[in-house]
Amino acid sequence: MTTIILFAPMFGALICGFGWRFFGETAGQVIATGLLFLAAFLSWIVFFTFDGVTQHITILRWIESGSLFTEWGIRLDRLTAIMLVVVTTVSALVHLYSFGYMAHDDNWKEGEHYKARFFAYLSGFTFAMLMLVTGDNLVQIFFGWEGVGVASYLLIGFYYRKASANAAAMKAFIVNRVGDFGFALGIFGLYYMTDSVRFDDIFAAGPQLANETLSFLWRDWNAAEVISVLLFVGAMGKSAQLILHTWLPDAMEGPTPVSALIHAATMVTAGVFLVCRMSPIMEFAPNALAFITGLGAVTAFFAATVGLVQTDIKRVIAYSTCSQLGYMFVAAGLGAYSVAMFHLFTHAFFKAMLFLGAGSVIHATHHEQDMRNYGGLRKHIPYTFAAMMVGTLAITGVGIPLTHIGFAGFLSKDAVIESAFAGAPYAFWLLVIAAFMTSFYSWRLMFLTFYGAPRWGHGQNGHGHDHHQEPHESPRLMLIPLALLGLGAIFSGMIWYNVFFGKEEAVRSWFGMEMAAEGGHGEAAAAHGATAGDAAATTEAHAAPAAPETGGVAPTATDAEGHAAVATEAAAPEAGHAAAEGGKAPSGGIFFGPDNHIIHEAHDVPEWVKVSPFVAMLLGFGLAFQFYIRRPEQPGQLARTFWPVYLFFLNKWYFDEIYDFLFVRPALWIARFLWKRGDGDVIDGTINGVALGFIPWVTRAAVRVQSGYLFHYAFAMVLGIAALITWVTLAGGY
Amino acid sequence: MENLLSIITFLPGVAAAILALFLRGDDAAAGRNAKWVALIATTTTFLVSLFVLFQFDPSDTGFQFIEEYDWIFGLKYKMGVDGISVLLLILTTFLMPITVAACWTVEHRVKEYMIAFLMLETLMLGVFCALDLVLFYLFFEAGLIPMFLIIGIWGGKDRIYAAFKFFLYTFLGSVLMLVAMIAMYVDAGTTDMVQLLNHTFSSETLTIAGFHIVGGFQTLLFLAFFASFAVKMPMWPVHTWLPDAHVQAPTAGSMVLAAVLLKMGGYGFLRFNLPMFPVAADHLSLFCLWLSAIAVVYTSFVALAQEDMKKLIAYWSVAHMGFVTMGIFAANQQGIDGAIFQMISHGLISGALFFCVGVIYDRMHTREIDAYGGLVIRMPAYALFFMYFTLANVGLPGTSGFVGEFLAMIGTFQVNTWVAAVAATGVILSPAYALWLYRRVIFGDLIKEALKSILDMDRRETAILIPLVIMTLYLGIYPAAVTDIIGPSVAAMVTNHDAAIEAARAAAQVVQN
Repeated sequence: MTTIILFAPMFGALICGFGWRFFGETAGQVIATGLLFLAAFLSWIVFFTFDGVTQHITILRWIESGSLFTEWGIRLDRLTAIMLVVVTTVSALVHLYSFGYMAHDDNWKEGEHYKARFFAYLSGFTFAMLMLVTGDNLVQIFFGWEGVGVASYLLIGFYYRKASANAAAMKAFIVNRVGDFGFALGIFGLYYMTDSVRFDDIFAAGPQLANETLSFLWRDWNAAEVISVLLFVGAMGKSAQLILHTWLPDAMEGPTPVSALIHAATMVTAGVFLVCRMSPIMEFAPNALAFITGLGAVTAFFAATVGLVQTDIKRVIAYSTCSQLGYMFVAAGLGAYSVAMFHLFTHAFFKAMLFLGAGSVIHATHHEQDMRNYGGLRKHIPYTFAAMMVGTLAITGVGIPLTHIGFAGFLSKDAVIESAFAGAPYAFWLLVIAAFMTSFYSWRLMFLTFYGAPRWGHGQNGHGHDHHQEPHESPRLMLIPLALLGLGAIFSGMIWYNVFFGKEEAVRSWFGMEMAAEGGHGEAAAAHGATAGDAAATTEAHAAPAAPETGGVAPTATDAEGHAAVATEAAAPEAGHAAAEGGKAPSGGIFFGPDNHIIHEAHDVPEWVKVSPFVAMLLGFGLAFQFYIRRPEQPGQLARTFWPVYLFFLNKWYFDEIYDFLFVRPALWIARFLWKRGDGDVIDGTINGVALGFIPWVTRAAVRVQSGYLFHYAFAMVLGIAALITWVTLAGGY
Repeated sequence: MENLLSIITFLPGVAAAILALFLRGDDAAAGRNAKWVALIATTTTFLVSLFVLFQFDPSDTGFQFIEEYDWIFGLKYKMGVDGISVLLLILTTFLMPITVAACWTVEHRVKEYMIAFLMLETLMLGVFCALDLVLFYLFFEAGLIPMFLIIGIWGGKDRIYAAFKFFLYTFLGSVLMLVAMIAMYVDAGTTDMVQLLNHTFSSETLTIAGFHIVGGFQTLLFLAFFASFAVKMPMWPVHTWLPDAHVQAPTAGSMVLAAVLLKMGGYGFLRFNLPMFPVAADHLSLFCLWLSAIAVVYTSFVALAQEDMKKLIAYWSVAHMGFVTMGIFAANQQGIDGAIFQMISHGLISGALFFCVGVIYDRMHTREIDAYGGLVIRMPAYALFFMYFTLANVGLPGTSGFVGEFLAMIGTFQVNTWVAAVAATGVILSPAYALWLYRRVIFGDLIKEALKSILDMDRRETAILIPLVIMTLYLGIYPAAVTDIIGPSVAAMVTNHDAAIEAARAAAQVVQN
């Protein structure tokens, strides 16, 4: 079944991308969307029926060289199941939404076809993303990693006439490649240390890596630490963490559905997914984890400050995404991987919703994105307003303090903040301040857009299309996805609170982990059996891997795909291989190290800590209300008073300017220098000085001798070489 | 079919001779006939070469399809292929029909043009099959001549300069190789490469004029061969002939030059430098690795500044060849597998990219990047192909471009992390110049008046690119098709290499004690 989920979007992309010429754009769109809904439906089935025991499905051999062995395959565990649901659900809804959003687009001329291409890119992206989350080895993750990068590049640059869109697309790709550089080195390092890139082998080697050193560049490092940091560099690029974040705001050049799908709900969370996926290694790299926490906290803070002052509605949400990703990394860095995944899960719903809502606003106002030109829209587009309101309530974390009742963000964000208090108090304070700012800019967005006096239609653009100036509600096709995402934004936190951030035992059993490791290996094996025993009858075979009927039962555990070999973890022959190398891969989607009790500790924090994000939210709301409803002139005064700070935030801490100065210009300068001076003067001039002086002379002579008839010349050369060789061989001894 | 390799090698040559002797007339009809003869001959060659591919036994790491005859002056004519050369042979036969189809629009001296390509194919195939030093040298050097003519006669404005630069660079490089070959013959008493592979050349430290040469005789031989192959490859800093040659060469000439001729250098390293002089290779590997890493970074930067499409792609080729040499001198399974894979993959991709440039050059007669912009609006199919090959060339996983780079880097990482890290910056730089090129040529609005009536690719052009798309995808998704064939031979080579180094070390220990 997972195989169908995986390949449905690929077929959708191919059929839609190449087939629309034969059966029309609309049919192509319908097929792509239909396949996506199929994938989403199956994903939910997998999500609900998954029993916690890791499954491996092999599809095809891939890169093999000596001991390096990779294959196209699927690893289905809890982590994958969560990501499958997130990716396919949001993607399916975005497909549906795009029917309405992309129906008319002023960026294209009459008769130009762009819709099928757009849907093909969306489906293609989804396929790459699914390859990423189902990968059973690091190289396949890298495939998905690069694949989503390309899809993102194509979609950001979708309006290829616009120079700004092209520039943003390139920037996204190249900055991501900086991260991939680290990721690739991490893979090389892991292969060097463990002689494998497959997760089971790598994970089994986790404890061992902690005690070994890897000689990398100028010194020896702890192997687990350096590998974790290198892999995290990849995550930084993809998830737009500080230093490598500059591409994300620019990526808003793409059509809004793209921002919702790629730059909010799915692709940018791939970094968080990677850190959680690699938890069996990360757990043995405390310094790397501390680095992740620190960078996440600083990013959450930084992005929130920038979000305070942006005026483009999409950029505000983009910085908000950047900031929320920081939250997830804080949780992951503290070892609370399930909490990171919890926030990833809920964030996907409410952030996609906010983006799609913003898209609806933009659609309604004829592609106006500046919030200063909105105002009072709630009466004109009531459904969109309702949706945005739900999204805002979710992201700011509205709920009843000290209970588990509230919008999705209330539960997941508070879980992150409580974990932060338990693990790293400085991160706790940064996150609470960021929560305050989140609340402020979210409400600022709401008030500027939907409340106050209308600031649109003053005719300053003088087009004279007055009847066009009236904002209009979006078509139903765009509202249905909003409604469905709204359900997720309201309920997803409450429903799944227990399994992500409940009792540690609940989390462990849901993720298929061994129960709290009190004893040694014997305990673990018993716990494994117990986990299986909890599950449905089909898993009985797993508890007894030696039983002869395993081979017969395994295929029934999943759909018997003709060519796909199915193996449960217990029965996998590789498990023996891994065990032989000392230690078995820990079971389950994520892994808690022996000393990791963060989930437990996070529940024991003082009550004021649990209430603090709620208070921060209220303060942010109050301030926004004061500034944008009661006293709209105050923000301007404040900006003038703190002009340098305002400019500093408005210009995004000047990262772009600094990078331009530090990297872009020098690179171009070096390029010209190496070409003109290096190739031109030094190499051609010095090393071959003689030859270069010689060539024109020979040329002139040749032209005189053969008077333009090169054939004679060549013939002479053949004779010359032949004569030379004969002479040499004869003289050589025969 | 015991003469299979000879048949494949000389079939195009025979076709060339037929053209030269029997085709008369200079009119369009004669030209068309010449093209058809060439196309049929190269296609037949490809089909015949498939027999080699299917009958090849990968588990046998020795040479297969061996032919051995006495020849003039007591020389031997010996041919054969092993896992390292067989796929380069197939690559050549596969690309030649495509190349011939790519010169379908040529109208100037068509017959001679076709003869040149057919001769070139024979000589290139000979290089990959020859198992005798003299034979190898003949093929290797003579291959220069048709290429020299192709650039010199059918090239662009400065073709004479480029042709001579190309010729002198590569020819001067090989003079040293010739000397080394003679020395090898004197030392080993044979020109049979199979025997030479099993011969151990002395690696005792020599002292010449006060200089101690570690690795002795082997090092000298290594350097002599290195000079020739490094120019051919081309490695930094002897790469400057390549951009000039590419810029002036006609489209089909560029395709062959990039796709096959450069691979002779890599093949030479794998056939001579690494297995015949293992001790020297071990001593000099760090030097070679650094040259490779510098090549990747240096040429990537230079590519960034280019204003001519072909020059940019030529520098790009040099950067990719950097990965090849890096993999070779990492001298482990992944490195060498990666190097061979990268050679094959680069053959397909760079051929396609040079053809892509040719497509718009045919229409607009300029290669200036600034002369283009917004082509996607008039040429969507072209934009799609160009995008695909650009991404394949920057090493997108799922295309063949990724596998070679990845294996070469993972192999190098095990030898030297610095080199691997420096070369890996190529993954950042290559999209920078590649996508920038794409953006300037394809994206943007179509505002240049001259481009407003440009036509999209026709059927012939599409038919040329589609096999290349299929192959790069196939090898990217199922690289085992290549690694299954080369793997055992490479494994044997690595084992022998390590054993030889071990033996030399042991011998040195004995001397010291």
